[in-house]
Amino acid sequence: MSETGAMMQGRAWKFDHDVSTDLLSPGTYAVDPVEVRMIHTLESISPGFASDVRTGDLVIAGRNFGCGSSRETAAENLKALGVACVVAESLSRLFMRNAVAIGLPVLICAGVHEAFADGDEVAVDLAAGTITSGDGDRRLQGEPLPPEMRDILAAGGILALLDSQTAG
Amino acid sequence: MGSTLAEKIMARAAGRDTVTAGEFIVADIDLAMVHDIFAASVFDMLAEVGGGKVFDPDKAVVVIDHLVPAPSAEAAAVHHRIRDHVARLGIDAFYDSGEGISHQLLPEKGHIRPGMMVVGTDSHTTTHGALAAASTGIGTSEMAYVMATGRLWFRVPETIRYELRGSLTRGVSWKDVILALAGRFGSDGAQYRSMEFGGPAVAAAGMSSRLTVSNMGLEMGAKFALFPSDAVTAAYLADRGIEDVAPLEPDGDASYEAEHEMDLSALAPQVALPHEVDNVEAVDDLTDITIQQAFLGSCTNGRIEDLRAAAAILDGRKIAAGVRLLVAPASRGVLSQAIDEGIVATLVEAGASVLPSGCGPCFGGHGGLLAPGERCIGTHNRNFIGRMGSPQAEIYLASPETVAASALAGRIADPREEAANV
Ligand code: SF4
Repeated sequence: MSETGAMMQGRAWKFDHDVSTDLLSPGTYAVDPVEVRMIHTLESISPGFASDVRTGDLVIAGRNFGCGSSRETAAENLKALGVACVVAESLSRLFMRNAVAIGLPVLICAGVHEAFADGDEVAVDLAAGTITSGDGDRRLQGEPLPPEMRDILAAGGILALLDSQTAG
Repeated sequence: MGSTLAEKIMARAAGRDTVTAGEFIVADIDLAMVHDIFAASVFDMLAEVGGGKVFDPDKAVVVIDHLVPAPSAEAAAVHHRIRDHVARLGIDAFYDSGEGISHQLLPEKGHIRPGMMVVGTDSHTTTHGALAAASTGIGTSEMAYVMATGRLWFRVPETIRYELRGSLTRGVSWKDVILALAGRFGSDGAQYRSMEFGGPAVAAAGMSSRLTVSNMGLEMGAKFALFPSDAVTAAYLADRGIEDVAPLEPDGDASYEAEHEMDLSALAPQVALPHEVDNVEAVDDLTDITIQQAFLGSCTNGRIEDLRAAAAILDGRKIAAGVRLLVAPASRGVLSQAIDEGIVATLVEAGASVLPSGCGPCFGGHGGLLAPGERCIGTHNRNFIGRMGSPQAEIYLASPETVAASALAGRIADPREEAANV
């Protein structure tokens, strides 16, 4: 799992504004196991995403990513597919909490939707809160996650943290 | 510098004198609610890593409301597991299938008091802000953490103040107010923020109206959607045997990120058009949108006041041919009162089907889904693509009055005109 200050590098999958939890985790498969759910991630707007996304790829999006319900499966599906980080203009509050709770790094970064294209190679520095293009030409400063949230990510999620607390 | 409502409540929950927007705190949780979609996973996680016990069974509420009555063998099996967990964990506040929707039951049954810190595994947990509770949705892993420890981290949110004045005219309701705010400020207009409502119009708003507004604050991205605790709150709680409720108000010199004003006197009935809650128009600007289904219910507008408002328009009349009117009272208590008041008879005689008290078609679960190309106007809170069945269907959101008028007309209609025909 990522550590505080983790660097992540990979191919960007770009999405628009208001990508909802209904798109990330369609209600029809809401109670199916993750192996089934992940196949349907974003299928109605990007049919090839679930089959083609590779471990370490990143998701770049516009405003209000993850809007809609409290379903944690929205973040869990992306993590199960190997997505290393979600970088968006803004994130819905619940998606952000859930992502951190299950150990999926996220970064809020104004201008990211405009600055990068689908398929770009990008690198994210979580502690610094930056995203940089593979050739180093474009670099944007986002809002670094506060240490409290990075600690949960570093532990591997809030349940891993709980496990270590109750074991301790 | 004074405190906003959110800052006051969070300071108490964190055991501090004051907290300021932007700070991270660890808060003691006063009430934690899980519903049937997530309860079994939460309690499984709790057993795996959380020591298998609830921090305080008296602070947990479990509700079976989304899939009621169970529409499939799988859902029935999930409910069965939930009942086992609830009995094993010693949770008394358990509302089984048919009792109602969580966001209705928590206030109705007296679980919510002003100043509480409340979390639930449902986004519309913001509803309880109507009773001045800092109440918000969390995911399943976080809920397992809360159930184990009774605590959770939060960022103290910035507050946006909405100062509301003027009186609503006939046929216009507080659903129209929150739709108008969503239309004006957008679906992320209060992202991560605490919404705080105040002003002379708020003092005159009943608890049912406040619950509608706080429920839909979430559709603007809000973490909390708070009303002050005032005489209306005290009276609502007194009806539930809860006396001596202290007022809770923001300080006069509290610091707000933004302050907005709205005059309600000029407001027309509002409709959110497909497929975003902030795609809002006044009803008089819409022409010839035929509908096949009208839905009166949900945690947003399934209360007795909502059924009464619809019944007043439908009384002695018949809904249009080709329209299905579905009514889901938000709780068994609401249903029972609606029977006593003759409202159920009025609705059924007008052509309505009465559904069990639960979420039903609101989230596309079951009981009233839409075919491709169909249109539904409903009193619920979301009109996203595919929310009520086919992704090719269209969902319009409006007040109980507008839904009732539209069911009569067979197209989206202005309740002020229908009311005039009565
Ligand atoms: S009525 Fe609709 S919005 Fe309310 S809790 Fe149920 S599914 Fe969610």
